[in-house]
Amino acid sequence: MIQPTDTYRQPDKGGHFGAFGGQYAPETLMPALDELEKAYRAIKRDKAFQQTLNSLLKDYVGRATPLYFAERLTRRLGGARIYLKREDLNHTGAHKINNTVGQVLLAKHMGKPRVIAETGAGQHGVATATVAAMLGLECEVYMGTEDMERQALNVYRMRLLGAKCTGVHYGSRTLKDAISEAMRDWTTNVRTTHYVLGSVLGCHPYPMIVRDFQSVIGKEARRQILKAEGRLPDLLIACVGGGSNAIGLFHAFIKDREVAMLGVEAAGYGVDTGKHAARFAGGTLGVLQGTLTYLLQDANGQINLTHSVSAGLDYAAVGPEHAHLREVGRARYTHICDDEAMAAFDLLSQVEGIIPALESAHAVAQVVKEAPRMRPDQIIICNLSGRGDKDVYQVARMRGLSIT
Amino acid sequence: MTSRIDQVFNTARRDGRKVLIPYIMAGDPDLAATAELVRALEAAGADAIELGIPFSDPIADGPVILRAAMRALTHGTSLTQVLDTVRALRAHTQVPIVFMSYYNPIYVYGDARFARDAVAAGVDGVIVPDLPPEEAHGLVQAAREHGLATIFLLAPTSNPARINKVCRQATGFIYYVSLTGITGARLTDFGDVAQRVKAIRARTTKPVAVGFGISNAEQAKAAAQAADGVIVGSALVRVIEERIDAGASRAQLVGAARDFTAALRKGLDG
Repeated sequence: MIQPTDTYRQPDKGGHFGAFGGQYAPETLMPALDELEKAYRAIKRDKAFQQTLNSLLKDYVGRATPLYFAERLTRRLGGARIYLKREDLNHTGAHKINNTVGQVLLAKHMGKPRVIAETGAGQHGVATATVAAMLGLECEVYMGTEDMERQALNVYRMRLLGAKCTGVHYGSRTLKDAISEAMRDWTTNVRTTHYVLGSVLGCHPYPMIVRDFQSVIGKEARRQILKAEGRLPDLLIACVGGGSNAIGLFHAFIKDREVAMLGVEAAGYGVDTGKHAARFAGGTLGVLQGTLTYLLQDANGQINLTHSVSAGLDYAAVGPEHAHLREVGRARYTHICDDEAMAAFDLLSQVEGIIPALESAHAVAQVVKEAPRMRPDQIIICNLSGRGDKDVYQVARMRGLSIT
Repeated sequence: MTSRIDQVFNTARRDGRKVLIPYIMAGDPDLAATAELVRALEAAGADAIELGIPFSDPIADGPVILRAAMRALTHGTSLTQVLDTVRALRAHTQVPIVFMSYYNPIYVYGDARFARDAVAAGVDGVIVPDLPPEEAHGLVQAAREHGLATIFLLAPTSNPARINKVCRQATGFIYYVSLTGITGARLTDFGDVAQRVKAIRARTTKPVAVGFGISNAEQAKAAAQAADGVIVGSALVRVIEERIDAGASRAQLVGAARDFTAALRKGLDG
C-alpha cells in the first residue's frame, strides 16, 4: 500500500497527513492559526524574506553543516559506510535553530513583538532565545521543572540571552506540560505573540512549517552525499521525539524510493516496563495538543507519563507526518533504550571525538545495530541532531561522579 | 420533542430570565460528591449543569480547573464512570446536563459509541474545547443521529466567517468565550462582551451563553446583559477546592457550592 511517492504532497488543505494531523485547537486560536498559515505561505514566495533567511542560516547559524565520513566508526562496526550529518555544529549546538531562525523572522515579519516557546531538553528554548535576542524580540520559554533540573545549563543560557524561562510544575513537569502552558500563554496573548513551536507537532500549520524550515538538513545532505559518493545513501537514520530532525533529514529523500528511512524512538527502561517514549511500539491513536497521532495513553484516553534518559525524546506523541510515513510504508520506526543510547554516547565520543546529544545517541545506537548487517559498499547517513555538552553534567551524575 | 436544553432557554426567554449554568469537575473530590452537587446546584437555581470530564492535559484551562482535573484523576475518574453517575442522577432530576470534555477521551471512547451512551445515560449536550467545526464531522454526525446537542464555542478573536460556521454547526446553544484567554482569567470589559454577543445574535436565533472570567453575582449580571445566560466555572470550582483543602465535610462542601450558586441566581434575577 505504498503510495506513489512522486506525488507526495502533504499535508492537505486542513493540515492532515493522510489520516493524521489536523487542527484540534481552541476557537480562540483558530483565527491566529489561519493568519499564521497565510503569512507563512506569503513569505515562502517572498524573495527578500528568503534571502534574509538564507543569509542568516549561512552567516549566523553556520550552514551548510558538514556531512562527515566517520571512518573509524565505519571500521569499528565493519559494514556500511557511515556518514554523520553534523547538525551539532550549528550555532547553539543543535538542529533546532534552523526552525527558530525561520519562525522568529516570520514573527517579526508579522509584526509580533513577542515570541514564546516550549522546551524539553532546552535546545529549542535556547535556539528561540538566541534568535529573539538577535532580532530584538521579547522572549519567554516554558519548561517543565523536572527538565529544568536535568538541563540547568540550558536554563541559565536562556537567561543569559535575555529570555524569561518559566517553570511548569504540574503534570509530568516535562515537555508535554511545557507545551500546554505555552498554548495557554498563546491563547491569552495571541494578538501580540507568536508561538514558536519547536517540533513537527501541534495543530496545523505547525507540523508543515517546522518541517519546511528543517528540510534544509536533507537538501544539503542529499547534495553532499552525491558529491562525496556519486550516489544516494541506502539508509537514513534519525532519532524521533516530536520528529523535527528526522523529518528535516528525510523530507528531501521521500521521492527517492531506493533510500530507506529509519526513525528511532526512545525506549527508556524498555517498552515492556511502561517507562518509555516509544509511541509507535506502545501507543494508540489519539488527539493531544492539537494533532491526531500515535500517543502513549491509557484505556480512558488519559496521557501516560513517559520516560527517557533524553529530555528531548521524552514526549507522549509523535509528529503526525511520521505516523503517515509509517502508515504508507515509506519510513520504518524502531526504538533504543537508555542503556544502548548511553553506550553509543561513549562510543562516538571515544572513536570519533564527537560527544553527541543523548537524543542523537539514540540514532547512533541504531547505526551500531544496522551497519554491521550491511555491505561495505552501502551507505548510511545518520543525523547527528545535536552535541552533548548539555548532557555532560547529567551523564556524570548518573555515573555517580561529581564534576561541579 | 423539544430537548431539555431548548426548553430551558425557551422558558427563560419567555419569562425574561437569564439562564444560569454552573460548571463543576466530575469526580472532584469524588463522584458521590458530584451527584450531590448536581442536585444541590439545581435546588439553588441552576438551569443546567456543565460537568467537566477530567483530562490530563487541559490546554484551555487555567490553574483552578487544572487542579480539579488532577484531583479527579488521582482516583481514576473516567468517562464511563461519569456516564454511570448521570444515569443514576436521572432517577432524581431532569436538569439539563452538558459535558465539557477535551476530545481525546471521547475519541478513544469512539464518537458513535459516545453519542449513543451519553444520550442513553441522560446527557443533553457536549462541549469540546479543542474540537473546532473543521474537525468535528464525526462527532457531529453521531450526535445528530442520537439527539445529543453539540455546543461550539466562539471567542473574541472569531471573525464573521467563523461566527457563521459555528452558528451553523451548533445545537443547544452557543458558548461565547468572554475573553481572549483561558478559564479562570479575569474578565473586565463587559461592554466588549455585550457588543460581540449582539454581533453573534445578529447572525443566529440560537441561544448564546457567556462563560470564562465570571466570578460573582455582579459580574454574572453584567455578562448576561446581551446574552441568554452565563456559565460560571473556575469561581465555583475554587469554592469547592477551598473546602477540600480545609478538610471540610461533604455537607459543608455541598452547602458552600449551593450558597455560592444561590447568590449568582439572586444576582441574575435582581
